Amino acid sequence: MPETSHVRYIDKTRAYYQAEGYGTPYEWAHFDHTPFTPFASVGKPLSRCRVGVVTTAEMARRDAEPGPEDPRRLVYSLPTDASVEELQSRKTGFDRHATTLDDVDSYLPLTHLHRFVAEGRVGGVAPRFQTIHFEYSQRKTLAVDAPEILKQMREDRVDVAVLTAI
Amino acid sequence: MSLAARHLEEGGIPTVVFGCARDIVEHCGVPRFVFSDFPLGNPTGRPYDLDMQRQVLSLGLDLLVEATAPATTVVAPYEWNADHSWKDKIFSKEQPFLDSDATRKWLEDKERYRALKATGKI
Repeated sequence: MPETSHVRYIDKTRAYYQAEGYGTPYEWAHFDHTPFTPFASVGKPLSRCRVGVVTTAEMARRDAEPGPEDPRRLVYSLPTDASVEELQSRKTGFDRHATTLDDVDSYLPLTHLHRFVAEGRVGGVAPRFQTIHFEYSQRKTLAVDAPEILKQMREDRVDVAVLTAI
Repeated sequence: MSLAARHLEEGGIPTVVFGCARDIVEHCGVPRFVFSDFPLGNPTGRPYDLDMQRQVLSLGLDLLVEATAPATTVVAPYEWNADHSWKDKIFSKEQPFLDSDATRKWLEDKERYRALKATGKI
């Protein structure tokens, strides 16, 4: 039966990795309550807001030597004034059979954010964006990575944030 | 990613998540979500389609401002392909998700992480 609605990744990955011989299925994060900060609490229009950007796309500069990866897989940042031509994703976990990561703006929309700033719709873009790794340890994401991103965004006086998940 | 959005929101920063895995994001629960029914990899529009990318980002910015309650999802009005067979093939034996190099690297990274954790360095 062809699927006519969105892909059920939780079910699909569970079946896939069980067939590959992996044991206990991964427990995807689930909460009964979802936090919410109304935009009105920012106290100014979007045209005066600074936008922060986070991605799971494992970004790197194209001209950077691919050094050994930090096994701790910590959050890191790169400047948002780099043009997308200077950047690339090193992410291997995407649907490589159906698409590519060759166009950075299809997962990290820096070009379009800068245009919205130039047009006055958005106040500005934070000077750096963050890359966060997908982690099997939700504890690590909650205790280490997410607080680091919040800390950097506060340092950068970010008002609102755009997050892109590969 | 969803956990980071939740943490930022708890810290007073309104967020919008762009993603292609609707079930995973909604299972976790995020404040605002723009879902593109696209293959994993292009949550902000089809590669090299600048008009679509702009529109998808624009949807997210509207959602940031206009959402009145958490767990609000907006569906981007685009279809990847009239043929939906890519949805059936992902995570199938026919099309392994990672290639062999990426699988090996993933297993090595996992072992290095475990070793660091065992020695208390993480």
